[in-house]
Parts: sequence; structure tokens; C-alpha cells
Amino acid sequence: MAQMGFYVDTSKCTGCKTCQLSCKDKNDLPVGMNWRRVYEYSGGDWVQHEDGTFSNDVFAYYVSISCNHCAQPACTKACPTGAMHKREEDGLVVVDNTVCVGCRYCEMACPYGAPQFNPVKKVMSKCDGCYERVATGQQPVCVESCPLRALEFGPIDELRARYGNRADIAPLPDPTLTNPSVIIGTSRNSRLSGDKEGKIENPQEVGL
Amino acid sequence: MKNWLDKTILSPMKRRSFMKWGSLLGGASVVSAGLPLKSVAKAAFTDKKTPENKTTWSACMVNCGSRCALRVHTNDGVITQIESDNRGDDKVFGEHQIRACLRGRSIKHRVYNPDRLKYPMKRIGERGEGRFERISWDEALDLLAGKMKHIIDAYGNESIFFTYGTGTQGYRTDGQHALHRLMNMLGGNLNYYGNYSWGQIQHALPFTYGDIKAAANGSYTSEIKSADLLVMFGYNPAETRMSGGGEIYEHSVAVRERNVRTIIIDPRYTDTMLGKEDEWIPIRPGTDAALVEGIAHVLITENLVDQAFLDKYCQGYDEKTLPASAPKNGHYKAHILGQGPDGIEKTPVWASGITGIPAKKIIQLAREIGSAKPAYILQGTGIQRQANGEQSARSIVMLPILTGNIGLPGTNTGDMPANYSYPVPTIPTGTNPVKASIPFFGWTDAIVRGQEMTDKTDGVLGVKQLNTSIKMLISYASNMLANQHADINRTREILRDESLCEFIVLLDNHMTPSARFADLLLPDVTTLENTEVSSDGYASGSLGAVVPLVPAIKPMYECRSAYDVCVGVAERFGIREQYTEGRTHEQWVEYLYAGARAKDSRLPSLEQLRKDGPFRVMAPEDKRVALEDFRTDPVKHALGTPSGKIEIYSTKLEKIAKEWILPEGDVITPLPQYVTTWESHLDPLTEKYPLQLVGFHTKGRVHSTYHNIPELREAVMDGVWMNPIDAKTRGIKNGDQVRIWNDRGETRVLAKVTPRIIPGVMALGEGAWYKPDRKGVDRGGCFNVLTNQRPTPLSKGNPQHTNLVEIAKV
Repeated sequence: MAQMGFYVDTSKCTGCKTCQLSCKDKNDLPVGMNWRRVYEYSGGDWVQHEDGTFSNDVFAYYVSISCNHCAQPACTKACPTGAMHKREEDGLVVVDNTVCVGCRYCEMACPYGAPQFNPVKKVMSKCDGCYERVATGQQPVCVESCPLRALEFGPIDELRARYGNRADIAPLPDPTLTNPSVIIGTSRNSRLSGDKEGKIENPQEVGL
Repeated sequence: MKNWLDKTILSPMKRRSFMKWGSLLGGASVVSAGLPLKSVAKAAFTDKKTPENKTTWSACMVNCGSRCALRVHTNDGVITQIESDNRGDDKVFGEHQIRACLRGRSIKHRVYNPDRLKYPMKRIGERGEGRFERISWDEALDLLAGKMKHIIDAYGNESIFFTYGTGTQGYRTDGQHALHRLMNMLGGNLNYYGNYSWGQIQHALPFTYGDIKAAANGSYTSEIKSADLLVMFGYNPAETRMSGGGEIYEHSVAVRERNVRTIIIDPRYTDTMLGKEDEWIPIRPGTDAALVEGIAHVLITENLVDQAFLDKYCQGYDEKTLPASAPKNGHYKAHILGQGPDGIEKTPVWASGITGIPAKKIIQLAREIGSAKPAYILQGTGIQRQANGEQSARSIVMLPILTGNIGLPGTNTGDMPANYSYPVPTIPTGTNPVKASIPFFGWTDAIVRGQEMTDKTDGVLGVKQLNTSIKMLISYASNMLANQHADINRTREILRDESLCEFIVLLDNHMTPSARFADLLLPDVTTLENTEVSSDGYASGSLGAVVPLVPAIKPMYECRSAYDVCVGVAERFGIREQYTEGRTHEQWVEYLYAGARAKDSRLPSLEQLRKDGPFRVMAPEDKRVALEDFRTDPVKHALGTPSGKIEIYSTKLEKIAKEWILPEGDVITPLPQYVTTWESHLDPLTEKYPLQLVGFHTKGRVHSTYHNIPELREAVMDGVWMNPIDAKTRGIKNGDQVRIWNDRGETRVLAKVTPRIIPGVMALGEGAWYKPDRKGVDRGGCFNVLTNQRPTPLSKGNPQHTNLVEIAKV
């Protein structure tokens, strides 16, 4: 099977976080752990004129991100035990809980915050692309739940043929680092990776 | 998770069944979080022979306006996972799935919530103190029936009032309907009219467009795709109507289809925008009518009005169509040009001083609206939830009227968009023998001074004056007593006094802040434990639906449905047979569905509906444009106004303005016009409280429903939105704990410092649960600690977005 990946259309996304909740429900994740997170990125300034009126150049948008199942994953490179591995059949990156020792190197290495430490079992956990659902012909739960139909999942080559190959959108890092299997559909408000005009406005919600 | 299981007060009788769930989900997840759930389930059931896996259809039944389909997966009688609609060809609009938002997706945690009411309880401490003792259902029903008999005998049925409540919305055979059926059989109760959502707009627009239903509703959202320009005043479906089967999805499809130019006017840069809009025009709350007047000035002076439309279809634009009763120069054109009673010319510069919008921008906006044909103009309902809400609502509809953008493809009335609804039958409720009706917002006053309330002073309908004050409250699925009504501290003082309202009974799922004020608490089943056939809600766009609810699990603890409670009370009044007509609740569902099916042969059998999920019906392609008939033939399809025309100048309001006794500062005018109110940004009180505070609908709950779900609180942080300019002068940073206060109270919440809001305005998501500390300071971020109970002039509705406050770092 080909490398699988996600398409995230920020021009459709309204930041509702249904993807986050449906993932949490399916995987029974506790509060504090979100395999899919929705970043709110915004910025812009206000000017008050002499007559008391205002002008602004405010912008905002949301980016829903889980694991990007990268072509060159930083997490697998950092993993000393091989627990964090890339599946040959679909390129999905998953962690083998029976091998993981919870050293958290993968967490530090990943520029997307995908691997998350389970403090109870002291091993890593992360988005597995719902590979068991996908094997039965279903979509990952986040994709199937999206009220705005802003998420898609499939062979990344097919998605790229349809949507291009942008993933260099703030607040995401430069995609050349890991070659992520994710495509971001841009909106009028989109800013490039490394942008200094905006910032993540919801640090509490995404665990920063 | 273990933590909140430990905190749960468990009924000894049901402890075993609850712990079964705990060990399956709560316990298992602690040791193996990160594994797919089916591995967890497998592990937990290794000692079981044949665990029963089931998937049943249900729905999210809360008051966002949508009613999304849920597929509830259970394992051995325990809910394991919630999914939503997954049928049909989702790529084809019309066959699209009714996808639930994050709230419906979290419903498992609402069912298995430690706040669940578990058995009947009666109050033992002072009212509001929150001390209760468990009693049996027989004791509870005896107590309730006894109190009802006493109150009816002593004060009459007019002294019993239902608080407004929508926590469980959309039952047809249960809930509110079951209770109304009972009360009407027992002699009735005091009615209310209007509601907290759109009390002003629904009351005000019929003065302009008449009482015909089509007139007080807009065109379908689908008409946007035929428009050249879309102008939205405070309309924010991405945060209010989030269903993937309903309004926001349909809106996004319509806007994208032809990439129609979109201008949105709102104090916040909302989630409906995010680059989907072409222009955001930030505005000070409560000033939309001033913006409209500034625009109208440009339309009139630059000859951009549709004079032929105004002459033929409207009353009171200029002297030609001004009714005889009106004073000279009482028409709209004179008012705008400064020839009316106030003598003020409503120029763009005048409007800019009030709205905060540069005059140049107002001129540009007016020229765009005046030259785009057709233009689809609409408003959300936050705008009318203000002290001048009726005027704002009537003013905004002046833009389609002045430009003749009415009754044609791609146009709208200026009201909210229309939604299709499939009419699923309800249990017959009979008629209420009590004629008196009060505005929905007036119940606290009707407790304190009911007998003083009249038609001319307090908007009483049906009678000239009330005979009695309210002596008993029935509160079903309602968090109105101490959360969702305005000015909690005043409400609390009124409810505490047992000599005023003598008895309060509350039926609900959870121990809400309001439940603390009950004398008798009755635990309701959740919708996932109940049976029903419901409709699509009222915000499903063009998609109507018939939605089956199949009980996914058995009722937890000692919970009983409102229907069963009513049967118990009816029995004590000796009318059980009359109430049930020999049917169980399940049989009522079957009976009513059979009746619906006899009328509409498209409906599948009940068995098939329950197996296949919601039955979908798209709205017919005709009648999608509001007032199309009127536009075609204004005589044959005359409106319900006295003149049969669109009344820019309302003779009904002219009469009301003369006859009603209004408090000082309140204004009712025949023309729609901007009115400066108390606690506006122009009130001298700004010296003490310089910031305007508005509420908004947060995505993390529906009003106050779903608030007690940690997974949602984490997803959408409760924080007061403030502009960096206001934050900087007060030394506040994003994420700081802040106090917000005025003379009515104080609440504490985190600060969300963001450029996405106009300076001088704070915005707080309504519905957070009130959590007072010992000093009466709310620690829950509950908006209504700060809001005002003073009603609006005309509808006597809730001005909940008109508040002045100050804010500081704790």
C-alpha cells in the first residue's frame, strides 16, 4: 500500500474541534492527552484614528494537526528501542507499547508534538491513523467526524495530485525537516511557516 | 478518570452497575490509555463468554437548533463509543450526513457524569444552600402532588409557572410536552411568550412584516448562491449552529459555490470568518441601528434606494406613503435627513462617532449594498439581545427594504435564514385554561410583584392584570434559576425567600447550579436512556429529518422520564387513565408514529427507521425566497400588518408608544431608529465601568448544557476575550486569571487576549456554571453574574449583551 496521509483544508475549517473529540472518544484518551489538536493562529494590529474610530489588519485561522506520518520521521530516528516505527504497508507511524521504554526522545524530536507520554503506563502514545478502521475500508474517525468536511485521508500521492503539496503554514515547522505526509489547504489568511506576525492564541488548549 | 469516579456519589442500589462501567472504561483506560478501545474491551472481557455488542441510533437533543444523529456503541450494556451519521453519499448535498459536532461526540461523558441526579431528593437546608436528603419515588410524587393541590386551591392555577428550559430539547412524547399535557388537565398554568434566544426580533419584526410566518423568517441559506453580495450582521453559524448536517455546513457550501462577496459586521472576528469573508467590519455592541442609519443616509442622498419598491410595497418611507395618523415629517426619509423630531442628520460621520467604524468605510459599504443586485442581507440574534434590541432588529431589515432586495432570488428579509422542519407529531397537550401570559423574561418580577403586572406596564397578554404572583415553579431540563437568567444575585435573593415562591420542583439530569434552588429534585433519564421519534430541530437548513431514539442503555440509578413522573402525579389526582389513554410511553411513540406514517407514506416502518437511522427529507425547491408571493402580488398576498404593506412606519407601534407606561429612558418609536440606552458605550456610567461586555455562544457547550464535561472544557477554554490595547493598559496577559465586575456582581475567569475583538469590548462565552465562593464572588466565569434584569422596552425581553464592566488581573 502507498504512504497514507492527511489533507487539512484550513479554508473550510472553523476550529470546532470535533476531530479532536471524536479521536478522544474512540481512543478513550484522558483529559490532557490529545492525539489531534487544533491550533488557533492569529495576529494583526489595531489603529485608533483621531475621530475615535478603528482600523485593523487582523487575521486568524485554525490548523488541525495529529501525527503527519512523515516520510523521514524525527521520532523513529530518535527512538533507541525501535518501538516507534513506520509501518511498511501504509507508512503510518505507530508505537509498539510492548517495546517502548518511555524515554520520551521521540516526543522531544517531533516538531509537531505528535508523540505524547502516557504518565500512567509510562510509555508513548500517538495517532495511529486509525489503521484498524482503514483496513476495514473506513476513514480515520477524525476525518469521518468533520462537520465542515475539511479533513481527508488517503494515499498521499493521490491527495498531492489533487491538492498540491503545501505544508509550510504557520504555526507548523518547515516541512523540509521531516517531509510530513500532510497537505494544508490554504485560506486568504494563511501565513508561512516561521511567520512572526501572528502567534498561537490558544496555548492552553493545545497543551503548550 | 479514576479521580472523577471516586468523587461520584453512588447510589448503593446501583453501585454495581455503575462500577461495571467504571471498571470497563475508567479503570481500563488508566492502565492502557493509548490502546485502541477494542483492545481495552477485549482485555476487560476475557472472563466473559459472549459480551453483547450493539449499535443503536440516537440524537443529541440540546438547544443549538440542530438535532444530530448519533450511533451509540455499547458493550454489555455499557456505552463505549459515540459515532455519528455515516450513511449515504456525503459528497452529494441533500444526501449529506447529519454529522454531530464535538458536543454530541462527548455525550458518553454526559451520561456517565458524576453530576448525575440519581434518585429523588428533598431539600433539608435553606433554599439555595444545596443540602438535600434522599427520598423514595412514592414520597416524592406524594409531596409534589400535595404541593400542587395546595397551591392550586390557595392561589389558583395562574400561580404555577414553568421556567424556560431547553437542556433536553425536542422530545415529542416526553419532557415539556408531557408536563404541559398534565398541567392543562389539572387546570393550567401561567403562560409565557417569547424566549431568551430571539425574544426581541420575533416580537419586533412582525410590526414591519406582519404576523404571517413567512414574513418573520428569512429566505433559505441556499439563496446565497444566487446573490452578488452577502452582508451578515452578527451572524455566526460556525459557533452557534455547528452541526455538520445543518446551518453552518449549508452556509459554507452556499458561500463557496459562487464565492459570493461576503461582508460581516461583528465586534468579534468570529469563527465564521477566518478568511472566508472578504471584509470584517468591527462594530461597538448596540450600535448596529446607527450604522444602518449612516448607510441609509448615503443610499438616500446618492439615489441608491429602490423608490419604485418603496412606493409600491412599503408604508412610511416618505410623505407619499405616510399614514394619516403620523405627524408631519414622521417618515423615514425625514428622520434620516434630519428633518424629523430629533433634527439630527444621520450622516456617515454621525454614525462613525457611535459605531467606531470610519465614515469612509460606511460610505463604501452603503455604495456596495446600494449597487449589488441581488444582495442577501441577514442578521444573527446576538444583536437583538440588547437594551435596544427591537430597534436594532427592525433597523437592519431596512437595508433590504430600502434597496428592494426582497422577494427575489438571491435576497432575504434581513432576518435569520429559513430552515426546513419535518413536522413529527407530539403528544396532545390540550389547551391551557389559564389565559394570562407574561414575557419569558418577567418571571422573577412575577414572583415579587405579579399582581402589579399589567398589559401596559409589563407586557402581560391575555388579561389586563395578573391575579396572583407566582407561587410555584416547575423547572424541566432548565438551568434558568441560577445560571441562564440575568442578574444571578438578584434572582438568588428572590428565590431564597420562601414566603414568595413557595415550592420549586426541578427535573433534570445533572446537579446544575439551578438544582441547588429546588425544594424537590427529580432525576430525569438522559436521551440515551429514553425512547422517542424526534424531528430535525430548527436549524437544519434545507434538510428535514425524522430521528429515531432507541434506548442504548437501561435508565441509570433511579432515573425516571418526565412522562413517567406525570403518570405518577396524574394517578394522585385520580386522572391516570385520562392522562395515559391506556398507553405506555413506548406505546405513545408507536401510536404517534403510526399516525405520521398514515399521513406520509414515504416514512419507513418504525422498526426500519430504528434500524436504518434518520429519515431525510429535503425542503421543496419552491418557496425558498421569503416574501416571493408578496413581491409578485402585494394585494393578493398582503402582509399581516394593518396596511398589508411592509410598515417602515408602524401604526401599531405608534399606538403602543402612546398608551404604554415606560420606565424613564425607554423608548418605543413607530420608525426603526438607533436609541442610546443605559449601559451603552455612551452612558456616563462608563466613567466607573469603561468596558462593554457581551456574551457569545462558545463551541464547548450549548448554553449551559454539556458544561460539566472536562473533555469539552479542555477543548474550548473559558476565557474573556479582550483586545491587546485594553489588556496592556491593565497589565493583563493571555491566560491570566482576571476579575470582571460591576455593581451587580463579580466573576473570575481566564483572559484571552486576542486582536480578534474591537477595543473597549469584552466578550465572555455564556453558559458556564455559576460557582459562588463564600463572599458571593463567582469562580465559574458565569456571565449572568454581570447581566441586567431590566427588560427591553417593547418585548420586555432580555438585554443580556448590554453591560458595562471593569476588569483587572486577580
